[in-house]
Amino acid sequence: MKMNIKIWRQAFQTTRGNFQTYILENMDDNMSFLEMLDVLNEKILHEGGDPVSFSHDCREGICGSCGVVINGRVHGPLQGVTTCQIYMRHLKHYKTLVIEPWRARAFPIIKDLVTDRQAFDRILQAGGYISINTGGIPDANATPIGRHIADQAFAAASCIGCGACVAACPNASANLFVSAKISHLAFLPQGQPEKNHRVESMLKAMDKEGFGNCSNTAACEFECPKGITLKNIAKLNREYFEALFRSSLEEHPTHPHHGKGDEVAHAAFHDTHEK
Amino acid sequence: MSYDITEYKNTIKDTKKWLADGLSRSTGKKFLMAMTGLFLITFLMVHLFGNLLLLVNDNGISFNEYSKNMSHSKIIRVMEIFLFTGFIFHIGFGATVSIQNRLARKIPYAVIKSSETSSFFSRYMFHTGSLVFIFLLLHLNSFFIPHRVLESGLSMYESALIVFHNPLFVLFYIFAMILLSFHLMHGFQSAFQSLGIHHNKYTPSIKLLGRFFALVVPLVFAVIPVYIYFWK
Repeated sequence: MKMNIKIWRQAFQTTRGNFQTYILENMDDNMSFLEMLDVLNEKILHEGGDPVSFSHDCREGICGSCGVVINGRVHGPLQGVTTCQIYMRHLKHYKTLVIEPWRARAFPIIKDLVTDRQAFDRILQAGGYISINTGGIPDANATPIGRHIADQAFAAASCIGCGACVAACPNASANLFVSAKISHLAFLPQGQPEKNHRVESMLKAMDKEGFGNCSNTAACEFECPKGITLKNIAKLNREYFEALFRSSLEEHPTHPHHGKGDEVAHAAFHDTHEK
Repeated sequence: MSYDITEYKNTIKDTKKWLADGLSRSTGKKFLMAMTGLFLITFLMVHLFGNLLLLVNDNGISFNEYSKNMSHSKIIRVMEIFLFTGFIFHIGFGATVSIQNRLARKIPYAVIKSSETSSFFSRYMFHTGSLVFIFLLLHLNSFFIPHRVLESGLSMYESALIVFHNPLFVLFYIFAMILLSFHLMHGFQSAFQSLGIHHNKYTPSIKLLGRFFALVVPLVFAVIPVYIYFWK
């Protein structure tokens, strides 16, 4: 198999990028898409060039590191898979592959196909946690949870934070990601004590990062490799309206805990040890 | 009981901050878009029932009486203020979110296959909305302004006959109704999703009802000027 590979090359975050076309010959159908990039990089290195940077880690579809747009489709033309699960046999009907990084103001390009997705980390730091004291393992029967509730929470928790929702959304909105994180905890009893503050501060953090607004186009749902549905966004909306009326002043987003978990933990540690 | 004026001021300040903070988040804006959108949908139905009186074959007696009652009713006058506020919020927030959405992706994709992943109607809400807005301005210019602001001597029925005998206006009216249909195709069901109303039990029915509404209401609206142009 022979193919033209047109890739976005950008040396630094601040420089202007452009497309460069490479020709790869003798490709195997059963090569994965990322292996194709490895082979391409070997070729570029042999020719003395700068290899293409791309993110990857587990290469088995569960870590959320990889992710590029292949011919206009996020994570390639298949549904329900990440980029690493795309094989060249899925792409062999194309003459040219156009490979682009995630495009969103909130995900600046670090180099070539690698984007900085720390915006997601900052949103999680704003409220994607539960505060519990550590201790013995709780009894499995101590907290009863209905089967279908547990299933919904688990489905939401399967979000791997790859950013495909933002990349696929015509508005570059992060609503699907945030809604998965909110729903996952809001469905479960352990998530109840902080639910109001969680949704308020996570949404505040989301807006601060410069993502677009959700307009219910459902492109995110279509492209999500983990099948997170729009139902989660509806849940996020309900949680937010509830919090508007119910969050207390103590849960106001200026509370010292938010986004400074480490500092607070350190301070508490030193306090107890000094006394 | 004494009531301190500063306390009163602080109460207003706190309420303002609460609402401004809450509604300025992206989900808050979405809530306002949905609420005003659904309100405008109910207005469309009321407007349509009035328009249907144009089809009654009595030289406009019932239509004129209806429009006279509407313009003299105190309740309608109050509702009118709500209606204009609804329009201003829906259009204002719609424009704001559209601009923010454009800015959220500064470099567009070189290859765009959005037709495979989302519906046509959902992607062009700003475009269809803007054109319907231009239609709204023309529509106010030909009916609302002469009758309610300038108090012209013509009856509402006579105005309708004059306007709907202009072929260009009739064509633009039909074009605007097609765009309104496109806008409602996504807008109707999207409003429910934005309000957090989504469940396997009833969401398919809401979507079906939305498509039916988006097809039938603009169609009936568009039939009236065509009927007047050819047969009155």
